[in-house]
Amino acid sequence: MTNKAGEYWKANIRLVTTLLIIWFMVSFLFGIILVEPLNTIRIGGAGLGFWFAQQGSIFTFLILIFIYAVRMNALDRKFDVHED
Amino acid sequence: MELQTLTYIVVGTTFALYIGIAIWARASTTGEFYVAGKGIHPVANGMATAADWMSAASFISMAGLIAFKGYDASVYLMGWTGGYVLLAMLLAPYLRKFGKFTVPEFIGERYYSQTARIVAVICLIVASITYVIGQMKGVGVAFGRFLEVDFHTGVMVGMGIVFIYAVLGGMKGITYTQIAQYCVLIFAYTVPAIFISLQLTDNPLPQLGLIGEMAGSGTHMLEKLDHVLVDLGFAEYTAQKGSSLNMALLTLSLMIGTAGLPHVIIRFFTVPKVRDARYSAGWALLFIAILYTTAPAVGSMARLNLTETIQTGPVGDPAANLVFDERPQWFRNWEKTGLLAFEDKNGDGRIQYYNDKNPEFAARAEAWGWKGNEMVKVDRDIMVLANPEIARLPNWVIALVAAGGLAAALSTAAGLLLAISSAISHDLLKGVFMPHISERRELMAGRLAMAGAIAVAGYLGMNPPGFAAQVVALAFGLAASSIFPALMMGIFYKKMNRAGAVLGMLTGLLSTLVYIFVYKGWFFMPGTNNLPDNADNWLFSIQPESFGAVGALLNFSVAIVVSKFTQAPPEHIQHLVESIRVPKGAGQASGH
Repeated sequence: MTNKAGEYWKANIRLVTTLLIIWFMVSFLFGIILVEPLNTIRIGGAGLGFWFAQQGSIFTFLILIFIYAVRMNALDRKFDVHED
Repeated sequence: MELQTLTYIVVGTTFALYIGIAIWARASTTGEFYVAGKGIHPVANGMATAADWMSAASFISMAGLIAFKGYDASVYLMGWTGGYVLLAMLLAPYLRKFGKFTVPEFIGERYYSQTARIVAVICLIVASITYVIGQMKGVGVAFGRFLEVDFHTGVMVGMGIVFIYAVLGGMKGITYTQIAQYCVLIFAYTVPAIFISLQLTDNPLPQLGLIGEMAGSGTHMLEKLDHVLVDLGFAEYTAQKGSSLNMALLTLSLMIGTAGLPHVIIRFFTVPKVRDARYSAGWALLFIAILYTTAPAVGSMARLNLTETIQTGPVGDPAANLVFDERPQWFRNWEKTGLLAFEDKNGDGRIQYYNDKNPEFAARAEAWGWKGNEMVKVDRDIMVLANPEIARLPNWVIALVAAGGLAAALSTAAGLLLAISSAISHDLLKGVFMPHISERRELMAGRLAMAGAIAVAGYLGMNPPGFAAQVVALAFGLAASSIFPALMMGIFYKKMNRAGAVLGMLTGLLSTLVYIFVYKGWFFMPGTNNLPDNADNWLFSIQPESFGAVGALLNFSVAIVVSKFTQAPPEHIQHLVESIRVPKGAGQASGH
C-alpha cells in the first residue's frame, strides 16, 4: 500500500470511529443504559431517555450518515482517490 | 361510495401502475436483471431501498407492537434504523466498489473459496425464504380484510402481480415499482397519523404530537397515557419492563442483522458510483425515518384511544365503562375478523378492560364486581389498520391504507425474491455448476429461478409452517452472525483468510441456530426444545431472539484466532482489498 493510500485509510477509520461512538451513545447509552436517569429531564411530555430511544436516535443516525457521505467525499478529493 | 368498491378502485389502480412500470422497465441483460444496469439515481435508490426494507411488519405490525409494549418496543425502532449507519459506513460503498452482482459472489472471491460462497448462499436463502413467507401471509390478510376475498386467492393475486414485474423486469422493474410502492405506503401511513395527532394534540406533526399536550388541556399526551394505564393496573407506558442487557443485545442483533441482510445490500449495487452508495444509504434512512418516527405516535395514540373508548370515566364508577351495545362501528367491523373479541364476564352489559394479571389491581376490581378483562382478544396488527376508522376518516383513507399495506408487503417480497433468484442463477448455476453459461441463458435461468422462488414463497405463504412467527428471529440472527462479520472483515481486515472466514461463518451460523433451537424446538418442531424458553434457563439470561449479536462476536473471535495460525491470503487478494478501499477506478459492474 502506498503511503498516500495508507493515510487516506487512516483518516477514513478515524472518521468512522468518531461517528460510531456517537451512534453508540445516542442508542445504547442514552436510549437504554442511561434511560432512567435521563428520563428525569423532560422534553415536552417525554423523558429524554425515552425520547432518544423512540425519536432522537433515529434523527441522529440520519445526520451521521450524511456527515459521513460529505466528509468521505471531501477525503476522496483531498487524497485524490475520487472517481472520475 | 361504498367502501369496498372504493378499495377495489384504489388497490386496482396501484396494481395497474405496477404492471405498467413492469412493461416499461423490462430487463434485457443480466446486468439489468441483477443490478438494474447500475444506473439508478441515489435518491431514487434510497426510496426503493426504503420500500424494499419496510415490510408488512413495519407497516402493519410495528405500531401495534409499540402500542402494547411501550418503551420496550424501542429496540425495534433503534435496531431497524441503526443498522443503516453500519451499512453506510462499513459495507455499502466498498461492496459497490467491488462491483459485482451478489453478496455470496463477494464472499467467494474475497476468500478465494467456493465453500465460502456456498455457505453464504445457504445463509442467504434461509434468511430470505423465512422472511418472504411473512410477506405473502401479509398480502393474504390484507386482501381478506379489505377486499373480502379468500386468503388463498389473495396470496395468488399477490404472486401474480410480483411475477409480472419481477420476472419481466428483474432488479430494474423491481426498483421502479418499489419507488411507486414507497409513495403509496408512506402516504397511506402518514395521512391517518396526521389526523389522529391533530384530533388528540392539535399538532399536525405526529413527531411533535407524541411529546405534546392533549388538545384543550394542560396534560401531556404521554403522561396522560401513563396515568390511564396505571389506573387500570397496567405498567407505565414509558417505563422499562425488560432487562437492559436483553434490550441492548436485541438492538445490536437487529442492527447488524439489518446491515447483513442481502436483499438490502444488493440495492446499493444499483447506483452508478461509490459516492452515490454513501449518499443513497442516507436517503434510504431518511425515507424510512419518516415512517419510523411516526410509528411511536401512532402506537401511543392508538393505545390511548382504545383505552379511553372503553374506560370513559373514573375507574370503578359503574357508569364509566362502555356499554357493549353502544360500542363504535369499528369494534364491530374487527370483531367480524376474529381479531378483536369481547366477553361480558360479569354480565353487566358493559366492557371492562384492565390488567387482571396484576393481583393487587385484580383484587380491587373484584370489589367493583369486575370478573376479569373483558377484551379477551385484541390482535396488535389491527392498530394501524383500524386507525382511519378510529379517527372517523373518510372511506378513501381506509382504501388507501389497504393499498399501502399491500405495497409494503409486495415491495419487500420482490426484493427478497430477487436476492434468492440471483443467488441461484448467478452464484450456484454460473458460479459453481456451469461457469461457461452464456449471458442469454443465464438471464433465462434468472427468470426461471425467480418464477420458482415465487411459487415456493406462495406455497409457503398459503401453508405457513407453524413456526412462521419465530423465524424472523432466525432471519436476523443468521444475517447478523454469519453474513455481516464475513463482509466486514473482508473489507477491514486485510489478513483475514479463507480458513478463518469459513470457520468463523460456520461458528456464527451454528451457534445461533443451536441456541435458537434449544429453546424454540429443533427446526421449530413443537416439543423438541431441550430447555423451557424462559429467563431462568437462558444462558446468562440472554433471550434466543437477542443471540445474533453473540453469534457475531463468536464469528469474529474464531475467524481472527484461526487466521493468526493459518497461511495469510495470497498477494492478489490483499491487492483486491486495497483496491476496494479506494473509490478510484470503480467502473461498470460486471458479472465476470
